Amino acid sequence: MTPEFQKDIYYHMALARAVDDRMWILNRQGRAPVVYSSNGHEAAQVGSAFALNRGEDWIVPYYRDLALVLAYGMTPREVMLHLLGKAEDPNSGGRQMPAHWGLHRRHIMTTGSVVATQDIHAAGLALASKVLKDGRVSVAYFGEGSTSQGEFHEALNFASVHKLPVIFFCENNGYAISVPARKQMAVMDVAARAAGYGMPGVIVDGNDPLKVYEVTKLARERALAGDGPTLIEAKTYRFVPHSSDDDDRVYRSREEVAEWKKRDPLVTFEKYLLDNQILSSEELAAMQQKIKDAVNDATDYAEKAALPDPSTLGLYVYHQ
Amino acid sequence: MAVMTYLEAIRETLRQELRRDDRMIIYGEDVGVRGGVFRVTEGLQAEFGEDRVIDSPLAEAAIVGTAIGAAINGLRPVPEIEFADFIFPAINQIVQEAARIRYRSNGDFGVPLVIRAPFGGGVHGALYHSQSVEALFAHVPGLKVVIPGTPYDAKGLLASAIQDEDPVLYFEHKAAYRSLKGEVPDERYLIPIGKADVKRQGKDLSIITYGLMVSYAQRAAETLEKEGISVEIVDLRSVRPLDVEAILETAKKTGKVLIVHEDNLTGGIGGEVSALIAEHALFYLDAPIMRLAGPDVPAMPYSPPLEHAFMVTPDKIAEAARKLAKF
Amino acid sequence: MAGSDALYGLGLDASKIETMYYYMVLSRALDERMWILNRQGKSAFVISCQGQEGAQVGVAAALDPTVDWVAPYYRDLGVVLYFGMTPRDVMLGQLAKAADPSSGGRQMPAHYGSRAHHILTGSSPVATQVPQAAGIAWAAKLRRQEGVVMTSLGEGSTNQGEFHEGMNFAAVHRLPLIIVVENNGFAISVPQSKEMAITDVAVRAEGYGMPGVVVRGSDLLAVFEATREARKRALEGKGPTLIEIKTHRFTPHSSDDDDRSYRTPEELKAEKKDDAIHLFRQWMIEQQLWDEQRDRRLRQRVKHEVNDATDFAEAALYPDPSTLLAHVYDD
Repeated sequence: MTPEFQKDIYYHMALARAVDDRMWILNRQGRAPVVYSSNGHEAAQVGSAFALNRGEDWIVPYYRDLALVLAYGMTPREVMLHLLGKAEDPNSGGRQMPAHWGLHRRHIMTTGSVVATQDIHAAGLALASKVLKDGRVSVAYFGEGSTSQGEFHEALNFASVHKLPVIFFCENNGYAISVPARKQMAVMDVAARAAGYGMPGVIVDGNDPLKVYEVTKLARERALAGDGPTLIEAKTYRFVPHSSDDDDRVYRSREEVAEWKKRDPLVTFEKYLLDNQILSSEELAAMQQKIKDAVNDATDYAEKAALPDPSTLGLYVYHQ
Repeated sequence: MAVMTYLEAIRETLRQELRRDDRMIIYGEDVGVRGGVFRVTEGLQAEFGEDRVIDSPLAEAAIVGTAIGAAINGLRPVPEIEFADFIFPAINQIVQEAARIRYRSNGDFGVPLVIRAPFGGGVHGALYHSQSVEALFAHVPGLKVVIPGTPYDAKGLLASAIQDEDPVLYFEHKAAYRSLKGEVPDERYLIPIGKADVKRQGKDLSIITYGLMVSYAQRAAETLEKEGISVEIVDLRSVRPLDVEAILETAKKTGKVLIVHEDNLTGGIGGEVSALIAEHALFYLDAPIMRLAGPDVPAMPYSPPLEHAFMVTPDKIAEAARKLAKF
Repeated sequence: MAGSDALYGLGLDASKIETMYYYMVLSRALDERMWILNRQGKSAFVISCQGQEGAQVGVAAALDPTVDWVAPYYRDLGVVLYFGMTPRDVMLGQLAKAADPSSGGRQMPAHYGSRAHHILTGSSPVATQVPQAAGIAWAAKLRRQEGVVMTSLGEGSTNQGEFHEGMNFAAVHRLPLIIVVENNGFAISVPQSKEMAITDVAVRAEGYGMPGVVVRGSDLLAVFEATREARKRALEGKGPTLIEIKTHRFTPHSSDDDDRSYRTPEELKAEKKDDAIHLFRQWMIEQQLWDEQRDRRLRQRVKHEVNDATDFAEAALYPDPSTLLAHVYDD
């Protein structure tokens, strides 16, 4: 892993955090109706993305995957256009709520709001890859709460029976909105479910991008070798409420959040890069400036962009 | 040109399309070695291999959901739901995903997918092997719903469905599988989705229907002809989109309309057809629009007297048409 | 087969052993009669318990029909008979007569249900009964009722999302539920290897945080013991257990199926040697709990009951067409 590669991982993590922070500001200013964050999940998302053939392998994200889609080639402008529901939003032309990603150009599958539906889509994308022998791997991303859904089960079983080139990537942050994992499932680890499908289940520190990179890379190699799917469980934490409409103080203590904050992946990874002289403080400052400019540019661009024309309401119900 | 059953027409079309397009795959419960519980896919796995005709686990949401993913990644999946009654675990994938993906992505993604499912009663299938589910799906923009009534239409509609860029539900009536026979050309041909067909010209009244009921209406019409009543039969063939032009044309021509379907009366396709005529052709009518449909009970019971009481039959159609003719 | 020590440990007396044997023999005989009626054109549809009697009776006998509930699936003739459905009741359903206690002739045969007998009404889409059974168990827990719930299904059905959701729910809430998978190796025509990438369904239990045990369906006492343990665990508030019973389907999936296209006669012949009825009778004789004479008497009794049930159901009335609209809502 070259220094450039590691710096690139850090850049996308930091970019995601900065875009995320700006989204909350826009929300509090009344300019963006709702925000879903990747705040806290950046290492899991960017680390895994960098283990893929970005733009070629399919990713099937969920609403928390801002850092993932940025690492996968969506631009800050495209994210902001989506947040503000503008016509130019490449995810949905302003039709979907924010954080409902989808970008065919970069092989980011379109996603809905009902959780776990995407697990099956990833298996289906991989089914096509197996038949077409196109050398692509598909990755479904989801939270631990959604593993209680029947579609999670059906997807893993289907993928395993047919040895599909797919990775199931669980971002376990311990909460499904307000419901803690212990009320969601009677097991400690989502990964324990993998055995029931005849696939490996791997637990990884989701706040360490390099470890996440390693396990994802192995899972990808396994998929490409025709050995079938892997379930990866990245243990992580979200530092913010579920969404801008949520108040997490009613269901978790400030002490708990503070404890996790000590392991903020952005802080720990930055320290690692600086301590190991992979990144200099000058480079860091330049990077931060670049990010700031990108976020400002994206915000300005999206705010000026046109809203969709009401006459387009009926478009794209069918192929045209 | 060969004489085929409705079932053979579907099987031969699947075979022809699998040969024509190597991106097409078929899968579902028991479609492989067993050739489907009704034998529709018999012999296809032997010819095209286990990678293209696939036995899937017993999980309908997975069948439809994987088909969505496979379609987006370049295949032409034609999954089968073993019975239309078993489509319900996949409703979320069909209604909230397949139907909505093009719209929600502003045209960036499309789902070219055909879901085949046997439906309909009169075969001792009881509450969970007899249902007509078309109205539920016809309500959903983004889906297309086709229901062939003859072997000829079965072939042309299936080929169109497979070629279509959007999700199509293709419902096959179980009682039609072996009972309906007709001439089917060997070569490939397309019947446009959304285009009705006048199956019989007439002047006294129109029967608008689809699926198995087309042949039942034809039998009723033959009986009525001997009584001096001339019946026109319009086969909708697609219940979404509806062929509005054909519906209005026949209503204006005969001035009396009987709409027939096996699906439950309330909220059925008949209500929509009737509303279209009321909105656009009311003053051409010589009698109130009449509907003959399955009763409003949740599904078709098993025991013969109850099943018979539910089913729409040629006799019941003839009886309703007589009443309408007399009005 | 368990020895006599295990027998005493199980708390079984000779009368209970005979009862269990009787229900297996009765199930088989009734089932065989259904096929005859089908081939005679008198019954449109048969779906069989044959080969699975040991699994079904072993499980049911470890439950208490006065307080426990069952949510069976279509093969569970042995379970519903043990829970109080009579041969007449079963034949009324088979011939779709008005007096059919399961559905008044509305459902296909083998869609059992009876509130009086604590048998949840069932449908045809598979695995729907798992979350429903969890719901019954949840209510029992919340209302502090005595008793447990047993739900059963085939191994193919464990791939449905509803199995997963029901299992997870039951485990999270530590419900008094026993999930029995009667694994006969085939989902209609699809062999287990194409349904799942594992050998034992029971390994799925671990993913929900509940025990998963595997027993042989031809070993009636092992099935009984596993179920008894699971019931004890459920009553102690320790939550659900998954029991996988390795069993066999001696017939095609149903009277509409032809299994020759997907399994060989040799395979089937080999499976038929592992028959709980046969093995249990042998064991009873070895234990000097049974002899040929008593066996003949019991079979005579069963034959008489099956004949009576058939005659009764054949003579019974069909539902009146005017009842078609009844019971759509609370009348």
